[in-house]
Amino acid sequence: MAQVGSRLDPWVHSYAARTGGMTASEIRALFAVAARPEVVSLAGGMPYVNALPLDAIADTVARLIREQGASALQYGSGQGLPQLREQILDVMAPVGIHAHADDVVVTMGSQQAIDLVVRIFCDPGDVVLVEAPSYVGALGVFRSYQCDVRHVAMDEQGLDPNALRTAIADARGAGKPIKLIYTIPSFHNPAGITQGPARRRELLEIAQSAGILLLEDDPYGLLGFDGTVPQAIRSEDADGVVYLGSFSKTIASGLRVGWAVAPHAVREKLVLAAEASVLCPSHFSQYAVSAYLSEQPWMEQVAAFRELYRERRDALLAGMESAFPKGTHWTVPQGGFYSWVTLPEPLDATAMLPRAVSALVAYVPGTGFYVDGQGRRSMRLSYCFPDPERIQEGVRRLASVISAELDTLATFGPAGPAGSGSTSSPSPDLA
Amino acid sequence: MTAKSVLVLCGGLSAEREVSIRSGRRIAAALADNGHQIQVADFDAQLLSRLKQDRPDVVVPLLHGAEGEDGSLPTMLELLGIAFVGSPARSCRLAFDKPVANEIVAAKGIRVPQAVTLPQRVFRELGAVEVVAAILERVSLPLIIKPTRGGSALGVTAAHQVSEVAPALVAAFAYGETVLVQHFVSGIEIAISVVADGDSATALPAVEICPDGDAYDYRARYTAGLTEFFAPARLPEDLTSHAANVAVQAHLALGLRDWSRTDLIVDEAGVVWYLETNSAPGMTETSLFPQAAVAAGQDLGQLCSALVRTAAERSLNQD
Repeated sequence: MAQVGSRLDPWVHSYAARTGGMTASEIRALFAVAARPEVVSLAGGMPYVNALPLDAIADTVARLIREQGASALQYGSGQGLPQLREQILDVMAPVGIHAHADDVVVTMGSQQAIDLVVRIFCDPGDVVLVEAPSYVGALGVFRSYQCDVRHVAMDEQGLDPNALRTAIADARGAGKPIKLIYTIPSFHNPAGITQGPARRRELLEIAQSAGILLLEDDPYGLLGFDGTVPQAIRSEDADGVVYLGSFSKTIASGLRVGWAVAPHAVREKLVLAAEASVLCPSHFSQYAVSAYLSEQPWMEQVAAFRELYRERRDALLAGMESAFPKGTHWTVPQGGFYSWVTLPEPLDATAMLPRAVSALVAYVPGTGFYVDGQGRRSMRLSYCFPDPERIQEGVRRLASVISAELDTLATFGPAGPAGSGSTSSPSPDLA
Repeated sequence: MTAKSVLVLCGGLSAEREVSIRSGRRIAAALADNGHQIQVADFDAQLLSRLKQDRPDVVVPLLHGAEGEDGSLPTMLELLGIAFVGSPARSCRLAFDKPVANEIVAAKGIRVPQAVTLPQRVFRELGAVEVVAAILERVSLPLIIKPTRGGSALGVTAAHQVSEVAPALVAAFAYGETVLVQHFVSGIEIAISVVADGDSATALPAVEICPDGDAYDYRARYTAGLTEFFAPARLPEDLTSHAANVAVQAHLALGLRDWSRTDLIVDEAGVVWYLETNSAPGMTETSLFPQAAVAAGQDLGQLCSALVRTAAERSLNQD
């Protein structure tokens, strides 16, 4: 009998098949360096919470504990705090959603809402249609439930209707059930694109006529730089859309409070799934958000965030305009946190990342936003956290890195598969 | 000298930061279990003032990659007169630069795969096609191409045919300006850790490495379950003994101190080939040095504690 060695994990043969991709990666190792202050990180999607009125929030939270601590520190409802669900209706009013508090399910960030929706709808092998590229955190959820994730092309208006029709026809032609169309219509992560009203209507009509539930993820909707708020797709259809909202970008990501608005039958199942998963979302965080919404001029704070992010977006765009080589293209976001940069041929943003981190600048390679290896020439640049001067310094460093990489490739030709990696399991600050 | 206060240094700015932090946490806990007062610090702008202020009895550097293994950190610790576990600056520099280490080790009669070392500018100025052709006349396929400095297999790629050479070079140059293009020796991959006390260096049992995939790459190194290890390695006694001798010789030839880990390949003919030596071996849950310690019947914490005491005594003797 052959000798058996050690695999340093006694449970190595017990894991579910879905954990197969959960491995260490060079890319994650490089991102660990990006956390150091010397590195200008254009990678993380961390909201600039330093701009919050922290002293006032401290007072609010202290009073909350003093006066309502016995409730705030107790278990709560699986659906969420009733008073917060009422307040969420006010938060959603600008995006045109008129709902009832009973339609709202509070979750631990909208990330958990994605998880719950997929949990109640998707069996292994079910098709989920997503934008190309799509939010890395959602892709991780879809993969963990072993969905058949299919990317649908985008144009400058967002998800391409013709490509969506084709993708639906292809999947159905192959006898595959399509359970969800997942879209981020406003200030897309990572593409920085916003769907116009006509495009939203057309996509909704496609979903409706195909009988496919549309999962609308809208964490950035209030962060349009000109102050206009795109109307949610859900505002046009209460039955065919599950809408996801979040306080992570408008208040604080560390509170982990988001929500879903769903048709009543779906909502019932979401609540049961949430209870099975976490019993209830953090009661304390919900109380804190509720108190913040009641006591602080939160819309003024959102306006301050908009101005702050617009200034940073401008710094990024100006830096890229002056420093990036010819043949580099990028999207011009009208809100949100990200610009999607496409590098000249034959650059490979994944292969280039070690060089960038050595030069003390970081970004997220485009391959992380696809499940199928696309996106090698692309990268997501985030401008939400560093100040404008740091952003410009980061862009200068990145321009030098691109130049050096072009020099290397001019010598050797494209990198090919060597040095590749995946961001399949991003750390939270990269989501 | 009990060396009560110990500062474990980990992190740094290299691509091995995460590995280093994992190593540091593990050794910090093991030393704490052995009665040391432990602090953990990163290699950053606050470090020097902290060292001057706290004056720990001993520093345990577990930085991987440039700052930790290129001699920078030992140089600073030597300047500050603070005792530390591990090799002196000069030895770190020799071991960290793979071509230099290869030459020193080969001079001792140890077999080292044929290799060529070149900076990127040579390919650019003379033409990559011509330079690669010249390399292949000297070093036959298959090749292993790696940055000359660095660890954890970052930027390391095998090239089995000519068309794979250029992409592998690009991958290596992403991690450094100079690459080592070496003949790839297939065989049994083993790692031998060495623990030393003064001039007396002892090899711990060899650890045999059997990754599920083609290579013992970053993923295979740091994902528990993806690699099967045999400690001690499944080698005949004479080969085991010879490999251990090679690791000890390499340790001594490079002037290393306290601990090291040497990676070797044993080919089909039973020839032991030297690959490289690490002056700051990894100490993570999946690293090879801790496995070797266990195979030797030693407690990792006690072993490290003994090295801490040795470092403290060395410092006293120097004073």
